[in-house]
Amino acid sequence: MIPISYYLFLSLTLFAIGMAGVIIRRNIVIMLMCIELMLNSVNLLLVAFSKMHYAKNPGTEAGIDGQMLVLFIMVVAAAEVAVGLSIMIMFYRKTYKTDVQFLNRLKH
Amino acid sequence: MENYIWLIPLLPFIGFVINGLGRHVLPKSLISILGPGVVFVSFVLSVMVFFAVPSGPDAAPQIFHFFDLFNFETIQIPFAFQIDALTSLFMLIITGVGFLIHVYAVGYMNEDEGFGKFFSFFNLFIFSMLILVMGSNFLMMYIGWEGVGLCSYLLIGFWYHNWDFTIAARKAFIMNRIGDIGFLIAMFWIYKEFGTLEYREVFSMLTTANVAEGALIGITLLLFLAATGKSAQIPLFTWLPDAMAGPTPVSALIHAATMVTAGIFMLTRCNELFDMVPFTKGIVAWIGIITALITATIAMRQDDIKKVLAYSTVSQLGLMFAAIGMGAYVAAVFHVLTHAFFKALLFMGSGSVIHAMGGEQNMNKMGGLRKLMPKTNITMLIACLAIAGIPPLSGFFSKDEMLLNMFIGSKAVWIIGFIVSVLTAFYMFRWYFMTFHGELRNKEVHPHESPSSMTMPMMILAVLSLFGGFIGIPAVFAANGHKLNNFLSGVTGVHEGEHAVSASVEIMLMVALLVFVVGAIILTYKMYNGKTDGEASGIIKLFKNKWYVDEIYQSAVITPTENLGTFLRKYVEKAGIAQIVFGVGSLSVFLSKQTKSIQTGHIGTYVLLMVLGIVAGIGFFFFGIL
Amino acid sequence: MSTAEILFFILAALTVLSGLLTVASKNPIHSILYLIITFFSISGHYVLLNAQFLAIINIIVYAGAIMVLFLFVVMIMNLNKEDRSFGKTFVITAASLISAVFLLLTVRIFMQSDVESNQLLTAEGDIGLTEKLGTVLYSDYVIPFELASILFMSSMIGAVMLSRKTKKEKKAEA
Repeated sequence: MIPISYYLFLSLTLFAIGMAGVIIRRNIVIMLMCIELMLNSVNLLLVAFSKMHYAKNPGTEAGIDGQMLVLFIMVVAAAEVAVGLSIMIMFYRKTYKTDVQFLNRLKH
Repeated sequence: MENYIWLIPLLPFIGFVINGLGRHVLPKSLISILGPGVVFVSFVLSVMVFFAVPSGPDAAPQIFHFFDLFNFETIQIPFAFQIDALTSLFMLIITGVGFLIHVYAVGYMNEDEGFGKFFSFFNLFIFSMLILVMGSNFLMMYIGWEGVGLCSYLLIGFWYHNWDFTIAARKAFIMNRIGDIGFLIAMFWIYKEFGTLEYREVFSMLTTANVAEGALIGITLLLFLAATGKSAQIPLFTWLPDAMAGPTPVSALIHAATMVTAGIFMLTRCNELFDMVPFTKGIVAWIGIITALITATIAMRQDDIKKVLAYSTVSQLGLMFAAIGMGAYVAAVFHVLTHAFFKALLFMGSGSVIHAMGGEQNMNKMGGLRKLMPKTNITMLIACLAIAGIPPLSGFFSKDEMLLNMFIGSKAVWIIGFIVSVLTAFYMFRWYFMTFHGELRNKEVHPHESPSSMTMPMMILAVLSLFGGFIGIPAVFAANGHKLNNFLSGVTGVHEGEHAVSASVEIMLMVALLVFVVGAIILTYKMYNGKTDGEASGIIKLFKNKWYVDEIYQSAVITPTENLGTFLRKYVEKAGIAQIVFGVGSLSVFLSKQTKSIQTGHIGTYVLLMVLGIVAGIGFFFFGIL
Repeated sequence: MSTAEILFFILAALTVLSGLLTVASKNPIHSILYLIITFFSISGHYVLLNAQFLAIINIIVYAGAIMVLFLFVVMIMNLNKEDRSFGKTFVITAASLISAVFLLLTVRIFMQSDVESNQLLTAEGDIGLTEKLGTVLYSDYVIPFELASILFMSSMIGAVMLSRKTKKEKKAEA
């Protein structure tokens, strides 16, 4: 009874917020968190679409693939966070700073 | 004939290449055989062509096609030769006299360190001149035309360490070039009107194609402009006296016998075209005769031994153009032939004198060479008699035929021509007496006779000057004696067969000229035997200063052009164009500096730009923005 | 307005608010806490959509494990207060602008298609139930499942390898 456009709008809002966060913040940890936020917004949208498909074909197993995909996205997100945080710790050990500004070796 | 016709220009070209590439490595003896040798072989082949070529009133020209210069859909121009009586005659002159001058140059240039270079340029000149006369269309003639202009420049400025000589060479080339513009435009115009550049096709279409009178006049005037450039007539004649800066063999070959006659050749080749426009022929005649008069007066008071001959060449060419203007093409070609003989001989003699006097060219410092250089003396005397027109030497026949045709055509032109002929005798014998008679005025030098490599060609030319006139005996003396007229009539039409005047008038004209000429010789004998000129004053000063033509050109043409160039360089080039060109460079540097600032190395910036790109991509993809 | 819609709006407001606070707060620990609240509210959305399994998994994995991990790292790095953890003003305005544009564009795209008029079913259907998901996971998706385990193993090894102390650092400490 909730139209899909509501979930669309919500998910896109969250995605935009996350995207703005990645650009605005200079702390590496916070940047990673904003990326997680973006991932979650996509998860939400996927679940919403899976329910939409189910609503169109009620009684069947339509739409279950959406939720499987969400599960696997979570799997990948977890693995990525683990590795990403360990890289961050290495970075911190080298420079004792968390400011992304100091990752400017790309300039040369 | 097609077996060997292509060898005739090819051999001098090979000589040019070999002499040019090997000018430092080949020994002098080899070059002195190779240089004249190729010309000699070409001469022998030209003699064979001469006997094989069809002649007489009904002769048709032979065309030899080799390859195509342009072969597109809309335009085809072949590299082909057209051999007829006129061509073979000129080929003989070029290779024959050219060979003699090559032999002479072996002796003259013997101590020069640019020996090999000289002969390579000389051979290139023979090649270009042969292409000029042998071509079957206007473009081939133009190729040869440009080639001889180039060789003239190279050879005049041969001693390039001397800045004045280089300026003279440049002057010659530029004045030639002005004429060449006329040739080019005429060629374009001919192609536009007739659709082809081949001589045979153009001339056969003259009566059938409806070409406007104005177009024909324009074409012929432009062609004549080119001829004035190459053959040194008004207004483009001042380069020839300056061209005496080159070595004497150059003056002999190029500026006496061959290149300057290219104009006459072109007009004779196009005689059918010119016969359709009497207006142009009138202009040709008048410019020719006025040039002849002016330069004859200048020659009367020149002190340089070669400059007198240079002005004499221009004057004789003027007479030839005047004859063409009267429609007497055969007479003009006849005079080309005899003039080649005695003018080349005169230049060789002057070169011999200069060589003996150690480089001195001022006649005031010469004199009395008669006893010291006997061979030179006798040949020079023969040449002067020929050019003055004393019978039975060659000059008599050719000059009298020209004057006769002038008399028939226009009395005004004839009277000036008569005066010019008398003046010719005057200045030539002044030249002779000042140089060879009297006492040697310069006591330091000890002149001696020239080596045989120089005197042998002179003697051969002297014999030709003596007897060469007999191919053109006019009808008053011997019926059917004008062999040359018969030979060329296939090309020029049967123009001079009929005479509009009676035999007695003709004889009277000859006698009158002879009387005045002999009188001029006696006068110069009295004035210049052992003496030199006094101070110049009044009109004589005008003659001596070359009628101030050079100065007029300098102030009217050259200085304004130079000023224009300076103005353009300072203001347009520096402020305008250079700014634009540099501006483009600094603009790109500025843009790249701005663009470079994107690469900050800061990850946040890169993320921002990535996202910006994605958003723009979405916008473009889905909404067609941009 | 049915209850579903009211619930939806409340949860949506909570999600967006806590998302904004995550991005905007200065203290990293506050950011983490707000993110946890965001995850909880998203789980609430999942429950609303009868995706029970995913709701629980979201809480356990995301809010429970990942966020705790973040918290540990933040505490190791001793990031209590950050003064300059925001970019320049120009960057903030640019980012906000670009995000707004992005939002507008994507919403417009979806509005133009015919997805809009579809309705959802909530609290109905058993595709979100654990049993159903489990059946499908072990039958149709068993290969990705196994591959996921390999992925975990590699990330585990990677994390351990990356955060080991190098010999130099060991020497520097000793």
